[in-house]
Amino acid sequence: MSLHAQDDPELRAAQEARLREVWKPPQGLFLRWTDTNNDRVGVWYTLTAFGFMLFAGVLALIMRTQLAVPDNDLVSANSFNQLFTLHGSMMMFLFAVPMFEAVSILILPQLLGARDLPFPRLSAFGYWSFLLGGVFVAGSIFFNEAPDGGWFMYPPLTTRTDLSGLGADIWMLGLSFIEVSSVAAAVELIVGVLKCRPPGMRLNLMPLYAWYILVVAVMILFAFPPLIAGDLLFEMERLLNWPFFDSSRGGDPLLWQHLFWIFGHPEVYIIFLPSIALFAMLVPTFARRHLLGYPWIVLAAVGTAFLSFGLWVHHMFTTGLPKISLAFFSAASEAVVIPTGVQIFVFIATLWAGRVTWSTPLLYATGSLAIFVIGGLTGVMVAVAPFDWQAHDTYFVVAHLHYVLIGGTLMPLFAGLYYYWPLITGKKLSDRLGRIAFWMLFAGANITFFPMHFSGLEGMPRRVFTYPAELGIGGLNLVSTLGAYLFAAGVAVVCLDLALSPRRRPGARNPWGAGTLEWLEDPADDAHWGVRCVPLISSRYPIWDQKDFVKKVDEGRFFLPDAEEGRRETIITTVLDARPLSVVRLGTPSFKPMLTAVALGGVFILTTFHLYWAALVCAFATLFMVLWWLWTGTAEIPEKECKPIGHGMKLPLYISGAAAPGWWAMFITMMADATAFSGLVFGYYFFWTRHADFPPEGMDAAPGAFWPMVALAVALVSWALTVAARQLNAAGAVGVARAALAAGAAFSAYGVYAGLAGPWLSGMDPEAHVYPAIVWTLAVWTAAHSGVAVIMQGYALARSIAGRMTPKYDADVRNITVYMHFFALTALVTYATIGLFPGVS
Amino acid sequence: MKRGLPGWAQRLRVTLWTLIVPPATWAVHFLFAYLWAAINCAKVGRFATFPTLFVAGTVAALLVILASGWIAWQQSRVPGDPAPHEESTDIDRLRFLAKSTLLLSGLSFVAVIFTALPVVFIGDCR
Repeated sequence: MSLHAQDDPELRAAQEARLREVWKPPQGLFLRWTDTNNDRVGVWYTLTAFGFMLFAGVLALIMRTQLAVPDNDLVSANSFNQLFTLHGSMMMFLFAVPMFEAVSILILPQLLGARDLPFPRLSAFGYWSFLLGGVFVAGSIFFNEAPDGGWFMYPPLTTRTDLSGLGADIWMLGLSFIEVSSVAAAVELIVGVLKCRPPGMRLNLMPLYAWYILVVAVMILFAFPPLIAGDLLFEMERLLNWPFFDSSRGGDPLLWQHLFWIFGHPEVYIIFLPSIALFAMLVPTFARRHLLGYPWIVLAAVGTAFLSFGLWVHHMFTTGLPKISLAFFSAASEAVVIPTGVQIFVFIATLWAGRVTWSTPLLYATGSLAIFVIGGLTGVMVAVAPFDWQAHDTYFVVAHLHYVLIGGTLMPLFAGLYYYWPLITGKKLSDRLGRIAFWMLFAGANITFFPMHFSGLEGMPRRVFTYPAELGIGGLNLVSTLGAYLFAAGVAVVCLDLALSPRRRPGARNPWGAGTLEWLEDPADDAHWGVRCVPLISSRYPIWDQKDFVKKVDEGRFFLPDAEEGRRETIITTVLDARPLSVVRLGTPSFKPMLTAVALGGVFILTTFHLYWAALVCAFATLFMVLWWLWTGTAEIPEKECKPIGHGMKLPLYISGAAAPGWWAMFITMMADATAFSGLVFGYYFFWTRHADFPPEGMDAAPGAFWPMVALAVALVSWALTVAARQLNAAGAVGVARAALAAGAAFSAYGVYAGLAGPWLSGMDPEAHVYPAIVWTLAVWTAAHSGVAVIMQGYALARSIAGRMTPKYDADVRNITVYMHFFALTALVTYATIGLFPGVS
Repeated sequence: MKRGLPGWAQRLRVTLWTLIVPPATWAVHFLFAYLWAAINCAKVGRFATFPTLFVAGTVAALLVILASGWIAWQQSRVPGDPAPHEESTDIDRLRFLAKSTLLLSGLSFVAVIFTALPVVFIGDCR
């Protein structure tokens, strides 16, 4: 198809009709919920997260009411514990992180000129998991069973079943379920940013929002898995009495604190960076110029991401670790100020150099920066260990973290809300209501949280349900409560503004006159195709800089302007330079993601109530659903090899190996898996440093070196067979490749037995001491991976036999080989640790 | 541009992985410092006033960061396109990645020194 072809209006109309048909959302009372298109799933996701935010905000208001006057008895101590635990947990896990994922799913494809993200069904699965898990966790408070151990759930308070009830299990299992959806979103977003950019959008032209999302999604991969590992140990202690955190049997509650805060501190930046990313989009729009210092923002994002992993112990300054260790973390905490400051200066410089339009979104952005800077300054204070010893666990810290989170997450999200609402709905929000709400929020936040610095310094501890009048902090608390109500009223005004939106008239396309791709969206058109055609990019602000850009896109003059085969498609490009590689067929609306989420939810929720058999049934249902989903919806052999995408270019319809999105998704998932595993390995060596003799006397003969070495050999053979199968299959020796896969599966199955045989045959009792418990955990983890290897190898074998995998179309075997690489590494570390380390130490 | 040393530096392949060499070096050094102190304090109960291993690790980390920064600096000066280097060309993409790497080297260098300083001031495991 040449440029000229698009001059024909009839052809264009026919293309549009076909695209419209292909991207038509499913209708009907039930079917509409099977949609997987990012524009709808993103909206559901955003609204759900917003709803959870309002819910958690109401919890906070109840707390502030209780604390308004001394010796108040509005709620009991027990209810108060549930209130603050659920408030913190919900704001973090059900609002801040999911909100970033939701907004990204909503706008990232548009920002990248893609029709959708590479795995739309995965997004839908993530959403349904989030909804289910969120309702489960949030609903617990209505049954007086909400978690009550504080949002970081320190053992032994929370692991001892006589001190904490079902709430702790609800927290662990409900939120683990949501962590699964976060990892799913991370996979989706990383592959989206790296592989779905439009041709020409090299790394140096990527919208900064995409840079931030890439960085944050990678952070999720390294931050969430340690918490998942911690959750696993935690639930093994609660449900099976394995003593990881019980010091009387060699465990150590500090291990939980380590694993929690390795997650918990990066978490702060995981929710801060995407919010600040919204600034990187709206500041240039309202400064009417390119953002200054593009590489400096990349420095800030990447630098913050790394440094944020060296801060976690600053939450543990009062735990009695050696001062030298504290000092390392204190130093890193001060160093992270540098990149954080850099990005703030970049925004200020851009505004300074531009011609500023003082819009409502910009008002929110600048106001939130002011609040954030105050939180940052108190952060510098509490990063100094001796100061922290004084302020730890007081309201000073409460003030600090709320300044950071309101200035760094909540208010920027409101800026984004006012900025992007016209993109999603086609209607601007009210400037008047927006400004009124802003001043209420700005004043409310300061009136609420500034006095807390003083009440904290005067000795008010966190998490007390009341305080005596003699402490002399009644006045400060009353002011905080009044501020909280003002803040809540501000949120109510925002909600009112949103509620009035349907009654307003549609506005213009690109109402802010922005220069980035997402504003190609024409709200007057109800098309769901994401973008009319995939553009060729040669600027960071194509709408501003590229001649007739919008018109050319609208007339389909770039790539992939049609859907001849009636399939949903988007273009896959290279990581660095966005050279077109292939066209992928995207997942269509389906109820499979929803059902898979329900089945997986069953595993977590039923386990909470100790209904193990029912949970097991759900686990098998989940496995079945996943296999069905993969079998019917992935690595489909196309009806022809290539298709034209316009301008004389032809792209293949199938790619496999390191260029393919599926390969990347597997690689990224396994990075998360390996990180969780390293959390468990950290546990083993952590216990070694905590004990003079580890393994303890009398236990050091188990599990012995024999069985672990057998298991390691079996795992390596299975790995080698899979690699061989990949090579043989590619060379056309299909029969031998199948034999190798079958043999590999047999070895993997034997690996399950060999892995468990060490601790099993040597009679290690995991309830007796932490040493057998952690050895069992590593062995079970690795054996379970061996079991998954059986399924993977069997799956590839079945695909080959069914003719769905051939020497040319070999994505399945290439993807499972990635799994096997990681599995081999896991086996090596596990069996060397449990089999050989006792001899070394 | 002179021929010679900078020439090979400019021709090195640049990817997203090379971008994160300096901060990854910081991370490795940080982990090393933390483990070194934790294991020393837990198993020995003290560490030397001039800990050879720690100093060597720190110097090695700084050298890696310096080398990465120097290569990036050379690459950020590859001649070709006109300023402001914001086009969709090979050279502009290279210059962008090089400049970002250079900035990250600066940050990582400072951060490694930050991390190393406590050993100068704190002498025991209390």
